[in-house]
Amino acid sequence: MRRERPNPDELLERVQAEEAKQTRGRLKVFLGASAGVGKTFAMLSQAHEQKDRGVDVVVGYSETHGRKETDALLTGLEVLNRKSLQHRGVTLQEFDLDEALRRKPQLILVDELAHTNTPGSRHPKRHQDVEELLNAGIDVYTTVNIQHLDSLNDVVAQITGVTVSETVPDSMLDRADEVELVDIPPRDLQQRLREGKVYQAQRVETALQGFFREGNLIALRELALRRTADQVDAQMRSYRSDQKVSGVWATRDRVLVCIAPNRLGARVVRAAARLGASSHADMLAVYVESDRQLDRPAEEQRQAQEALRLAEQLGMETLSTGGHDIVAEIIRIALERNVTLIVVGKPIKPRWREFVHGSVVDELVRRSGEIDVHVITGEPEPIRRRPRQSRVHQPATGILATVAVTALTTALCYVARLFLAPTNLVMLYLLGVAAIASRFSVREAVIASVLSVAAFDFLFVPPYYTLSVADSQYLLTFAVMLMVALLISGLAIRLRRQAGLWQSREKRTAALYRLSRELAKSRSTREIAAIAVREIGSVFTADACVLLRPEGSELCVVANSTSNFEFGGSEQGAANWAVNKGEAAGRGTDTLPSSQALYVPLLASRGVIGILGLKTEQPLDAQHENLLEAFANGLALALERTFLAKESQEAKLSAESERLRNVLLNSVSHDLRTPLTIIGGAAVALKERKGDPVELTDTIVEQSERLNRHVQNLLDMTRLDARTVEPKFDWHSVEEVVGSALRHSREVLKGRHVSVDLASELPLVRVDGMLIEKALVNLLENAARHTPEASEVRVRASVERQVLRFEVTDDGVGIAPGDEGRIFEKFYQPGGASDDRGFGLGLAICRAVAIAHGGRAWAINRTAGGASFFLDLALPDHAPGVPLG
Amino acid sequence: MDKVLIVDDELGIRRLVHHGLNAIEFELYEAPDGESALRLTATKCPSVVLLDLGLPDMDGVEVVRRIREWSCVPIIILSARDQERDKVEALEAGADDYLTKPFGVGELTARIRVALRHVSQAHSPAEPVFRFGEISFDLAAHIVKRGDEEIHLTRTEFSLLAILVRHADRVVTHRQLLTEVWGPEFTEESHYLRVYMGQLRQKTEADSAQPRYLITEMGVGYRLKSDESN
Repeated sequence: MRRERPNPDELLERVQAEEAKQTRGRLKVFLGASAGVGKTFAMLSQAHEQKDRGVDVVVGYSETHGRKETDALLTGLEVLNRKSLQHRGVTLQEFDLDEALRRKPQLILVDELAHTNTPGSRHPKRHQDVEELLNAGIDVYTTVNIQHLDSLNDVVAQITGVTVSETVPDSMLDRADEVELVDIPPRDLQQRLREGKVYQAQRVETALQGFFREGNLIALRELALRRTADQVDAQMRSYRSDQKVSGVWATRDRVLVCIAPNRLGARVVRAAARLGASSHADMLAVYVESDRQLDRPAEEQRQAQEALRLAEQLGMETLSTGGHDIVAEIIRIALERNVTLIVVGKPIKPRWREFVHGSVVDELVRRSGEIDVHVITGEPEPIRRRPRQSRVHQPATGILATVAVTALTTALCYVARLFLAPTNLVMLYLLGVAAIASRFSVREAVIASVLSVAAFDFLFVPPYYTLSVADSQYLLTFAVMLMVALLISGLAIRLRRQAGLWQSREKRTAALYRLSRELAKSRSTREIAAIAVREIGSVFTADACVLLRPEGSELCVVANSTSNFEFGGSEQGAANWAVNKGEAAGRGTDTLPSSQALYVPLLASRGVIGILGLKTEQPLDAQHENLLEAFANGLALALERTFLAKESQEAKLSAESERLRNVLLNSVSHDLRTPLTIIGGAAVALKERKGDPVELTDTIVEQSERLNRHVQNLLDMTRLDARTVEPKFDWHSVEEVVGSALRHSREVLKGRHVSVDLASELPLVRVDGMLIEKALVNLLENAARHTPEASEVRVRASVERQVLRFEVTDDGVGIAPGDEGRIFEKFYQPGGASDDRGFGLGLAICRAVAIAHGGRAWAINRTAGGASFFLDLALPDHAPGVPLG
Repeated sequence: MDKVLIVDDELGIRRLVHHGLNAIEFELYEAPDGESALRLTATKCPSVVLLDLGLPDMDGVEVVRRIREWSCVPIIILSARDQERDKVEALEAGADDYLTKPFGVGELTARIRVALRHVSQAHSPAEPVFRFGEISFDLAAHIVKRGDEEIHLTRTEFSLLAILVRHADRVVTHRQLLTEVWGPEFTEESHYLRVYMGQLRQKTEADSAQPRYLITEMGVGYRLKSDESN
């Protein structure tokens, strides 16, 4: 028996929903069939109940319409002040969302969910305000009439004859935690109306005849009841399926909704949503942009975009694609996605149009194979006249050309008629017609055909100089000529349109490619932003800017295509919103649509790293929006790449310093403890009067000096490394520096014969005296460490071609071959035991000092034995003069 | 018996000094911080003050300044290596000399004796002729000799040497030398000193690259070491 597997997607959704539920506020919707049933009243009553239970209740916005009983309920509740907004010279009072968020009550009442906010508010619709409140964890009570629901909008329009413009997406109701139906029988409602409990007295009668007709009220009531029942049903099913999660793998319906560029688009989408909702189907809305449609008025295209947006709002996946054969595209997508049902709208075209252009619906039905097709009938489509403006210039030139070509051909034929048969003359005319058809549109082609036929008939067909035809075969010729003309012109037009379409597509793709290539090359954040702004600006022919938010600090403009990209209040608001919420804001979106520009967040794997702003003339259509998103993604990736590269670099550095730190700790712990141990031991021995005091004290002195040197080296290296000490350059005498270094190394060099060879006439040199002395002392100590007591150490200093060279040579064991470079590394210890190794920092310090002076430290073995160590320093300047005397 | 005040927050250092100084020669007072140092200097009137620069409550240089407001007592700075800037600052604020930690007791005693000698010389006239090694320096007669042979020094060289003699065995900062020999506007011209000191060494030292008397205190100044301390 086949075991049913739980649907993992469903499980995930549920878990996510649960999680979201914990932090989200609870939404309770008071649903009514119409105004006046008592929704606000019910809401306020329940608010009082909550208050009595100790819940922190606040009235965000309440519209009582002057009804006395409702007004009375407001007393005793805290009411938020409304926000005043100016619009077209009128001051309007709106719900103050920010105040509510600041106040953060447990429960807030917001009346009239479907209300459209005054322009200038953060969101265009109140239900979006409510969304925000819920996301902030505040519980909300709200009211809504059945006629405001999106999916029922057209049904209600049919019933009441009134199209309601303020709508609420069904999703709000679906996601509500509780829906309470406030119901009252229609007769009772009418009675209330008469008693003046609903509206002011003068509107009562008109209302009773109009909206509040009994038939209306009954129908609306049924809608409301049914919707509530659906809600309850959904809740029940959800509860049931919760209980048996490991149950059935449900086969879901997949519905594909075809969106055409006509007025019916939105209606089809809503109807499809209703269909899909009841069966929990996956919904996919598809708009196929055909080259034929480029000819359509922009209005229709816009409608298609709106329908797509509506689909998105209703929770459908949307897809916008292009192609020549609409039906083929739709079928292809349907098969690809395993669609079970296709929903399409059918405008009733006049027959002849259908005959000529073909009907998409028919084709769809025929070619859909196994997939069901649901056709929604719409209103008759008015035959659109081609708008005049776009054609003002063309007809003139077209017709002129047509006439000219025909005249030319006629002239030619007249000349040629003496040696060419009429059939060939026809060919000439055909050529002319074909030329016209390929260059101009159908109208010109038809005119050309007719003119050609007429001319041919008139001049070259007996009886001459009449339009009548002796041989009826010529009628065939004429017909064929006309058909050919139409065919060619049709083909040509189609080709041209397609070419145009693909050209613009290609341009976009090329732009995207160019952008990503440029971005891949550039290194710095600023460069990337500048490139992006340039490319995006040119593709969209708009002003663009990139704002980044480094490390959680303020947004700052990193690149700007023009200086007139002003950053006013609402711009900042939209930008900040986009950054914080990770959603697009500004022009053309639901958030702060009054801004000048559209702000798209740049999403990288670590979250929102900045935003891309685009100031266009018109709000973008869906296709351009997708393109912009693609650009934004590319930009975000490139930026993230630089951030990551920087981080990786830092990580590498930090790892290296970690390594050094470890080596140091190991070294330190050993090399400090050893002399300390010896000192301690000697001191204890002294204390206990064991051993030779003189020897012991000598040892203590020696070891403490050794310890001192180690510690000094360590300090020097740390300071040099940390660069906390900038070299202090000053004029020094080489003699003095060498002398001072020798003096400090006297103890270490004891017993050795030191010879000093300083070139005569050494100039003053500009170095850091202390550092050079340090380096020389280290070199001398190094020489002492690797030579027995009775050996030679030679110190030389010379200047040659802008280089000051110090040399310390010994005749000790020399350097292990191959180690000449390594000995200057930090913590390098040569193999083989040595009495006083130190940390291995002495030579590293020499190198650091050399580098700080723009020079180098190096060493070689001498053929005669021993080693020479060199410290070369660059000497750019000449010493200043000194007064004599 | 001379009184010595040791100012250091480290008990170990104070103890070291206590054990190191000859109890017959010196009477020792101890102060752990700047405030008590000032107080004890005023109350006990020591002959020399040993002052550590790293005090907990006050900047060592500040202590020097405040003592100098009313006393000329010799102050010897105890400092760590690589604190040249602090040393110079303290010396210019009025300290007389410095000792680098870790120091031996011998060094300490020598420095203290130098300081005391200068004090006593200030009261009683100094010897007219100062000798170091084979060199004799006669300030009044303006004659410098090696053995019996007179060495010719330029006027600048002479002035330079004179200052160092006057501060014999004590360090003199670059600034002090430049100010006294060339003038206050020349405090940045350290290359003058290099050149002239080099010339002095050439003329007076056996091996100018390894001088016995004219010692370079790198980063601080110069010191003329007398035969006694050599």
